[in-house]
Amino acid sequence: MSEEQLYSVSSSPHVHSGASIHGIMRDVVIAMVPTFIAAIIFFGLNALILTATCVISCVFFEYLSRRIMKRNNTINDLSAVITGVLLAFNLPPTFPIWMAVVGSFVAIVIAKQLFGGLGYNPFNPALAGRLFLFLSFAFAMSGDWTPWSYINTENIVATTSATPLGMLQESTGSIAFLSNNSNIMNMFLGKVNGCIGEVSALALILGGLYLLWRKVITWHIPVAYIGTVAVFATILYMIDPSTNASPLFHLFSGGLMLGAIFMATDMVTSPTDRSGMLVFGIGCGLLTMIIRKWGAYPEGVSFSIFIMNATTPLINRVCKPRVFGVKGKA
Amino acid sequence: MTASKNNTCKLEACVTQGSTCFQLVACHLRASSASPARRERSLRYLKTYGKRKVKMNFYIELVKGLWKENPIFRLMLGMCPTLAVTTSLQNGLGMGVATLFVLIGSNIVISMLRNVIPDKVRIPCYIVVIATFVTVIDLCMAAFTPELHKSLGIFIPLIVVNCIILGRAEAFASKNRVFVSIADAIGMGLGFTLSLAILGSLREVLGAGTITLWGSGLQVKTFLSKNPAVLLLLPPGGFMSLGLILGFINYMQDLKAKRLGKTYEPPVLNGCRHCIIACGQSTKPKEDK
Repeated sequence: MSEEQLYSVSSSPHVHSGASIHGIMRDVVIAMVPTFIAAIIFFGLNALILTATCVISCVFFEYLSRRIMKRNNTINDLSAVITGVLLAFNLPPTFPIWMAVVGSFVAIVIAKQLFGGLGYNPFNPALAGRLFLFLSFAFAMSGDWTPWSYINTENIVATTSATPLGMLQESTGSIAFLSNNSNIMNMFLGKVNGCIGEVSALALILGGLYLLWRKVITWHIPVAYIGTVAVFATILYMIDPSTNASPLFHLFSGGLMLGAIFMATDMVTSPTDRSGMLVFGIGCGLLTMIIRKWGAYPEGVSFSIFIMNATTPLINRVCKPRVFGVKGKA
Repeated sequence: MTASKNNTCKLEACVTQGSTCFQLVACHLRASSASPARRERSLRYLKTYGKRKVKMNFYIELVKGLWKENPIFRLMLGMCPTLAVTTSLQNGLGMGVATLFVLIGSNIVISMLRNVIPDKVRIPCYIVVIATFVTVIDLCMAAFTPELHKSLGIFIPLIVVNCIILGRAEAFASKNRVFVSIADAIGMGLGFTLSLAILGSLREVLGAGTITLWGSGLQVKTFLSKNPAVLLLLPPGGFMSLGLILGFINYMQDLKAKRLGKTYEPPVLNGCRHCIIACGQSTKPKEDK
């Protein structure tokens, strides 16, 4: 017998830690506030309308599908709100409203409720919605990147330009300008083109720190994810700086921060054990960099997290958490 | 006494289960050793149902493939062509009709040869028969509908290994007479065509915003044609739409059963004819629950 029982569990009543789905989801909503504010600063009313549309339609579809399926009402646990906000964060600012509603429908009804609701969904609903929109309405999803701050200036011509990663993908000449300090700083603060919630790395990191402090997430997935991307990008940069962007560029561009902090850490669709989380994060990082470097799409965060979501049951099978109160491997 | 009683029961069971005329006669002969009263009763059954049976069998076998035993939505056969070619209504219909032709031809020939083909090499024999008809339809489509032939591509020759056709040959045509085999082929082929058309039109309307029937000559554009959800035309869209349709069908059946105050049970396959394991249970009457 390698297992040794250290604690014996007495019969109820037990002390409740106070954790609840509602509480956790509330913390996540609070953590997304800085990003939301940044989105409104950079993209103005468009961001507000998009987010409101996604949240309202997500909650509505959640209510409707639970009602039709004759299950208890779950809109009070705020998970639909989070799905809506995350989906909106993954959309470009000039995205048509009706497409956002379609995305919410796919996210809530197809990716979540048809699988049994919160806790049973194999894939992150917001990611499923985003990928559906991305693959369906490719033009609208990658067409007009129009930051509000640029509209206000006179330089209207520059309003529809590519995202940093888009530039990297399409560039044929020198890409050194992408890696200079002022560009990196802009990307860190969020003064670039992109989806409304992914541009400001600063705001996202603030939210992530809040989640860490509230112990809603652990450091394993974000650190493994971002660390893998950093290492991979550094190696590429050291091999050939003229065709590869700097590691800092890769860290602050695209949806990496949003994905690593808010999407990959989704409790339902990520492994339960810490070592499993590390595997999950490293897998996400590798896939992201492979898609960015060699793939047909400029950005690979959503694809990589989606693929790793599918492998989560396998990771869980290998990396099992230690049973509380038992010494040795359980 | 008990034996004869069993035999008569068997006859009644045969009638209610929709057996062929042959089986009825066999049952009657077996029951004829029973007492005169029972013999008379079984004879009455035979006279009443025997003639009607032949016509009814054709009808039953024809209709069952359309919905009750629909090859795609109910038997879940032939998923490969289903998911691959249903990117438009036209492709779905073309594939369905080609399969229908091959199915009818192969069912007729295999049913005729069912007593000639040795058991051990039956699958290669079926494949040869099926491949013959596939070559016929392949060349015909290349000659008369070159556009459709081009868009279906490799999936026309792949009808050879379509599991609906092989499945009907193995489970039905090799055990039944030519007449009912034709009915089975028509029913199954039409059912296949019907479900491909449903799937194809759904995916085309959502994924391309159009409905195409005859090349670009008969193409209706819907409100979605400006911003179609292209994902529906891609492989994940095929899986998604098929899954949603299956889920919807199951949901409706559940609902229907609930309205009748029962829980839904999947349909029991009609007798033992579809079972490829020859266990000899088919002549035994079903036990009441």
